[in-house]
This record gives sequence, structure tokens and C-alpha cells, in this order.
Amino acid sequence: MESILELRGLVKHFAGHRAVDGISLAIPRGGFYSLLGPSGCGKTTTLRLIAGFEQPTAGDVLLDGVVVNEQRPYQRNVSTVFQNYALFPHLTAAENIAFGLKRRGTPNISHRVAAALDLVRLSGKESRYPAQLSGGERQRVALARSLVLEPEVLLLDEPLAALDPKLRKQMRLELKEMQRRVGITFLLVTHDQEEALSMSDQLAVMNAGAIEQVGTPQDVYLRPSTRFVAGFLGAVNWIGGVGLRPEVTRISRLLPSNGGRYRPATVTGSVFLGNCVHVLTRLDSGEDAVAEIPRNNGAYHDGEAIHLCWNPSDEMIFP
Amino acid sequence: MKTAAGWERLRAWFLLPAWIWMLALFAAPFAIVICYSLLTRGAYGGLGTPWTWENYQRLIDPLYLVIVLKSFLMAAETTAICLLLGFPLALFISRAGSRKNVYLQLVILPFWTSFLVRIYAWLFLLRDTGLINTALRHMGLIHDPLPLLYNDGAVLLGLVYGYLPFMVLPVYATLERLDPALVEAAADLGAKPWPTLLHVILPLSAPGIRAGSILVFIPALGAYLTPDLLGGGRTVLIGNLVQNQFTNARDWPFGAAISVGLMALVGVLVILMLRREREGLV
Repeated sequence: MESILELRGLVKHFAGHRAVDGISLAIPRGGFYSLLGPSGCGKTTTLRLIAGFEQPTAGDVLLDGVVVNEQRPYQRNVSTVFQNYALFPHLTAAENIAFGLKRRGTPNISHRVAAALDLVRLSGKESRYPAQLSGGERQRVALARSLVLEPEVLLLDEPLAALDPKLRKQMRLELKEMQRRVGITFLLVTHDQEEALSMSDQLAVMNAGAIEQVGTPQDVYLRPSTRFVAGFLGAVNWIGGVGLRPEVTRISRLLPSNGGRYRPATVTGSVFLGNCVHVLTRLDSGEDAVAEIPRNNGAYHDGEAIHLCWNPSDEMIFP
Repeated sequence: MKTAAGWERLRAWFLLPAWIWMLALFAAPFAIVICYSLLTRGAYGGLGTPWTWENYQRLIDPLYLVIVLKSFLMAAETTAICLLLGFPLALFISRAGSRKNVYLQLVILPFWTSFLVRIYAWLFLLRDTGLINTALRHMGLIHDPLPLLYNDGAVLLGLVYGYLPFMVLPVYATLERLDPALVEAAADLGAKPWPTLLHVILPLSAPGIRAGSILVFIPALGAYLTPDLLGGGRTVLIGNLVQNQFTNARDWPFGAAISVGLMALVGVLVILMLRREREGLV
């Protein structure tokens, strides 16, 4: 597939610190792509290198096949939705959205602004100042302000982090839907694996300035290529060097007879989570493991001897 | 636990020194000045009765109106030049990273010596046998000394020199608080450096510019030392007029009336500016 954005051996050193340590990525046109990693892994620096706020120590940023290293941020046809939105407090919602159009001398500004307001469902609030808008509305203004410029890539820096949890989940769907509708390539930076899994067509998992794995959400969750990826994308039970997700770890009082694998263990506690129950166990070999089981599968008592069992195909094995 | 009333009482005690200060050193002298302004000049200077409005009526005299106008013009010029010099300086300091504090100290450094001494230093620089004229003559660039002193230009120079820090510091304070992400966002949306300055940085530093302008304009309007020393008595501003009434002219009531008039004018100006700010007109 043709890539709209390409990073080649990208390196960024700050004083005594290698923030980005040789990243190569090809991001396909028109998709929803995420950079996922813990804080300090270099994902935001990578985004800033793409936007042009930072200059790479080594390597290249290619936008639509052209090296843009030397281009200033205002020359690059990418746009950023900042973590705290960075809306201009002295301008109304409509004026914020018109800002980029005015700088480019685009014709028909008021028409475009109205269309952008409509796209993010903020019609009627165009003359409000950022301070008069809710967190979610501010985020939509930031989104409209960037989208109205029809950038080649929209960069989103933890766009949902400042929202409350309920709104965050709703905005995931909205963002995804918005990306499909406008067809612009979205590049999301996040530390929230649920966010990355639920929105992305593809994602790159980063750790310590480097990329650990690139793939679809299914790839990285079900077939993580490193222990770090396995652990970062979800809970893992480590049993004899093999990784197992809690939701594929089952509990049986009897010895299973279907050819699956099993290990003897003891129940040490259980956590009721509403939609499921986490049964905490300790294997006879000393490892701790959690089994996520349906609520109606009966109760297990502390100290009860059971067997943990699983399908060999669910095992995550790392060299 | 302190009760609400207890806290209220404590608060009142803490405010007491400020109240005493304001009453003894501002309200009382101001009341005295107002009284003076309504009295008649005594036979040998000093004060006498009857009470009269006459001192205020004299203010409308074109002779004094010219001085008032000139003072306003001079103060406005001082403010404008301080802004033109001070804003770039404040912007530079706010982006100087680890050297910020050094530059701020340099801005404040002149306050380490008396204002009078610094104005005398300018005298030594600017006078006919001063450093600048001597240097230029020795270089053969001029024959006769340039008229650098005892004119409006010298007064303006002195006022700008004296009040520049009062512009730089408040402007710096707002620029320092400016979210760097806003400047990045402007660039990200396609704004080159100058439009960013014009459409983002400048409007957002308006509170600092306004505060700095007030801090420069008001003392510049009432300045008397600078015009007296650098203007050589040829440049008479309101401050000199007031000073003159209390000293040479020995007409205290008229001097007091000028002071009160000036204060009223400045008061109205400041109130208008603050109201604009409250209404959010940036």
C-alpha cells in the first residue's frame, strides 16, 4: 500500500537522553494509525518531529514521498490536535477554526468554517470563547480547526486524555467515525491500550524510543512479538515461561479431559467486576495467575484446590 | 478550630497596617492638598482664606492648557517608545531559557542606584563637553558639539530610560505565562512568525501591555526631575509647573489645584482602561 507518511531511521537526542532511537515506519494513506506506548517512550517526540516542532538528530520524515526535514511547521501539510487543545483563548470557536484558513488566504472562509462547525456538531456555538465551552466541545473545536485545513495527516496527541472517562469512550467512537467520514489519515499518540485497540486500523507499539511491534489491533493483542507488547496491551499470566491472557485462562475443579493444558493451583481470592469475576490463584509451582470467568460460573472459595486450564493455541510464546 | 468570625477578625488585623499606611500617607495628604487647592494664596506665600474655586478656574488658562497638552504628548510618546523597545526585549527574555534570570537582573540593575544619580550620568554623557560630543569631536566627525542636552529630545530620552523597566517587567510576566503550545498551534495552522506575533502573541500579552503602559504613562505625566535636569528648564511639563508653584512662585493653592486636576484626569483614564479590560475588550 502507498504510504502517506514515512519515517526513516528517525533519531532525536535531547541533552543526555535518547528520546527517539531509530524509528522506521510507513503509515498508509487514509487509515487510522496509532503510536502506543508508556509515557516517556518517545511517542510524543515522534509526533513533534512529524509536525516540525523538533528537528531530528538523524533520519528523515517523508510526507507523501517528499523529505520534509527542512520544512517549518507552517510549511508542512500536517495538522496537530494538541493534548490540551491549545485553542486561542482570545478567539471564538469560529475564529479559532478560521485561523488557519486566514493564514493561507483561502477563499470562502465563512462557508468552510460553517461546514467544519457542522462536521463536529458545534453549530450554534460558533461565537463562544474556549472558556465558555465544555472539555468535549473544546476538543471538537480543536478537531475542526485542524480538519478544515484538509491536512494530509492529522496528528492527535493524547486527544482524549483531558476528558472524563465516560466522554472518553464516546469520543473514541466519534473520532473513528470522523476519520472514516473525512478520509484523512489520522495518526494518534496514546498511552491507553484500549483507546489504540478500539480505534486503530494499525498501530505501532513503542518502548524506550524504539518500535516493538507494528500490526493490526488483533495482531498485537493476540500475537504480541515481545513480552513488553504482551504486557502493555493487557494482563498476562506467566505460567512456565508461557503467556496467557486472563480471559483464556479457565478454572476447572475436575481434571480436564479434552486434551487442553492444565496446571494444579489454589484459589487465593476473587474480585467481582460486574460483568465478570477475576479469580486470583497461585499455581503449585509458585506463580500467580488470574482467571477471568463469567459471573454465573459459580463461586470459588479461598484455599480451594482447582486446575487452571487453557488451549495451546492461546499460548503466547516468546523466544 | 477558628470560627468564621475569628478568621474575619484576624483578617482585619492583618489589613490594619495597610489601612494605616493608606490613611496616613495617601488619604490624609490628599485631603490636605484638596483643602489647599480651595484656599487663597497668602500675602507672603503660604495660605489664607477665603475659600474659593478660583484656583481651578485658572487651570483653563490657555497658557496652562498648552503645558498639560505637551505633558500628555510627552507621556504618550514615552509610553509608545517604551512599548516599542520593551516588547521585543520582554519577548527575547521570555525565550532566553536558562539565562532568563540574568537578563531580568540586568533590567532591574539601574534601580540599584538613585534615579537622580542616573539622570546626572546622562548629563555627563550628553552635555557639550560630555562623553558623546567629545568622542565625536576626537573622531573628527563634528566640529561644533551637537545640541544633545536641554531640549525635548533629551527629556524624552531620560523619560524612556527611566521608565523602560516598568514596561518590560509586566509584559515579560504575561509572555512568561503564555502557553508555548499556542505559538506552536499557530505555526501548525500555517502562521509564519510575524502573523503569529500579530494574531496570537500580541493579543494575549495585552494585559501586560496595558499594565506596563499605565505604569509608564502615569509617572511620565507627572515627571519633574527629568524635564528639569535634562530639559534645563526649557521644557516645562505639568510636574515642573506644580513644583514651581510650591517653590519659586510660592502659590501653594494653585499648585495644589494643578495636582488635584492631574490626579482626576489620570483617575478617569485608568478607570476607562480598567473598564475596557473587564468588558473583555482585549
